[in-house]
Amino acid sequence: MENTRKLENDCVVRCDHIGKIFGEFETSHEVVKDINLNIKENEFVVIFGPGQCGKTTLLNLMAGLEQTTSGEVNVNGKPVTAPGPERGMVYQTTALFPWLTVMGNVEFGLKMAGVKKSKRRERAQYYIDLVGLKGFEKSYPVKLSGGMCQRVGIARAYCNDPSVILMDEPFGHLDAQTRYLMEEEIERICSTEKRTVVFVTNNIEEAIYLADRIILLTNCPATVKKEYVVDLPRPRSYVSPEFLELRELITSEMDEMDL
Amino acid sequence: MRTKTKYKLISLASVFVFLAFWEIITDVLQLLPSYVLPSPVKVLNCFITKLTTSSPDGSTLPVHILSSLKVSMASFLTAAVVGIPLGIAMAWYSSVDKLVKPIFDLLRPIPPIGWIPIMILVLGIGFWAKVAVIFVGALIPCVINSYTGIKQVNPVHMWVGQTFGGTRTQMLFMVAIPTALPVIFTGLKTALGISWMTLVAAELLASNNGLGYMIQVARTIGRADIIVMGMLVIGVVGLILSTILDFLENRYVKGRRP
Repeated sequence: MENTRKLENDCVVRCDHIGKIFGEFETSHEVVKDINLNIKENEFVVIFGPGQCGKTTLLNLMAGLEQTTSGEVNVNGKPVTAPGPERGMVYQTTALFPWLTVMGNVEFGLKMAGVKKSKRRERAQYYIDLVGLKGFEKSYPVKLSGGMCQRVGIARAYCNDPSVILMDEPFGHLDAQTRYLMEEEIERICSTEKRTVVFVTNNIEEAIYLADRIILLTNCPATVKKEYVVDLPRPRSYVSPEFLELRELITSEMDEMDL
Repeated sequence: MRTKTKYKLISLASVFVFLAFWEIITDVLQLLPSYVLPSPVKVLNCFITKLTTSSPDGSTLPVHILSSLKVSMASFLTAAVVGIPLGIAMAWYSSVDKLVKPIFDLLRPIPPIGWIPIMILVLGIGFWAKVAVIFVGALIPCVINSYTGIKQVNPVHMWVGQTFGGTRTQMLFMVAIPTALPVIFTGLKTALGISWMTLVAAELLASNNGLGYMIQVARTIGRADIIVMGMLVIGVVGLILSTILDFLENRYVKGRRP
């Protein structure tokens, strides 16, 4: 896993003219259309777009949970045909295993990979501490709040040391207050443990707060409408003039798309 | 904690009221003659005597209980050992499903008691005939619940397993079976209930010992006290068995209740 990290200048994820059509003939429905995307190592890319535009489908194509109907997704130079451990995923909801404790959930990937118990415990503990769940190792997900569950999901994805972590609106179901808190947490976690992240959201503040680069998608079928490199200093303030300015810019761009 | 004790007291009171009512309509008011409905005191006496006496049916009560337990546990465990893997295999491998489903669906609607005549013809009235009848009855919920349990696996959980590079066997043992476990336990409870209830029915018809047989003999000679005592023993043993299963469920099914 270490040598895959050496592609310093190369792209970790490369989407080459990818498209996705569901169904066939007259019932077919084009969801993703001709997307080109290169994601560099340790880059935090936010895929942002209107609801139901195909963001999640794009992410699932990268994950290998769906197959492209045209083009190709490459991760570490290898074409994606199925889900794999080099692509970690954080889901919207209900993705934790209810029958496992926090520890059991976080170490799950390592267990599947056959890592020895003492070693995987140590690793899992590190990431449990990192996401701020020290003391909850033995709790079952039913006892955790939504925000805590997503922390476990994030620790689980990190623990397997993937080349890229794909996050599918991980805070979409949280209340506004918890959401802000979790955004700050992600910011903190990512500055401690730098990773390549692709983060899908429909929340503009979340996008600007977290992203190195924002990919704005059009309405369905999704194509890349525009890219914004966000080079504001971190941690960012939701009310700084630059933040609001960028927010204004992206909002007007979205209005043009006639939502 | 305090409400728990309160509920326990309420349950205890309900049993006590039931016994008191029973005592009043029999011994106190004598609404029913004791050869129709014996009083709880009579039944208790009968229970104590029957612990050591083998008349009128040839065996003491512990022997009957043991005989019944042996039959029902043998059938229940066989049904679980055969039924759970079968249900899981049917849900996980569609070829197994296609192979077994037609026969299974055909046999499923036949009630366990409906199997008794043919089992008597084939296996006689001994241990194996009863085991076979109860096995058939207990097998059905084991298979169906394991099948439905596996089918209930959350697709997102499957994705999680896949993104961690899980093999199909790993997915079965680390994702699908844990998902199915609570449903499998419900199936086991149903199977246990069936195996205990069908046992008595089987013994009423085809047996020469066991609790059902004891009741049957008592009926032919008009011993209502043995009948009622037998019924209560069946109830209590059934209760104990399902409590054991509840205990196992609480132990092995994790993280379901907050």
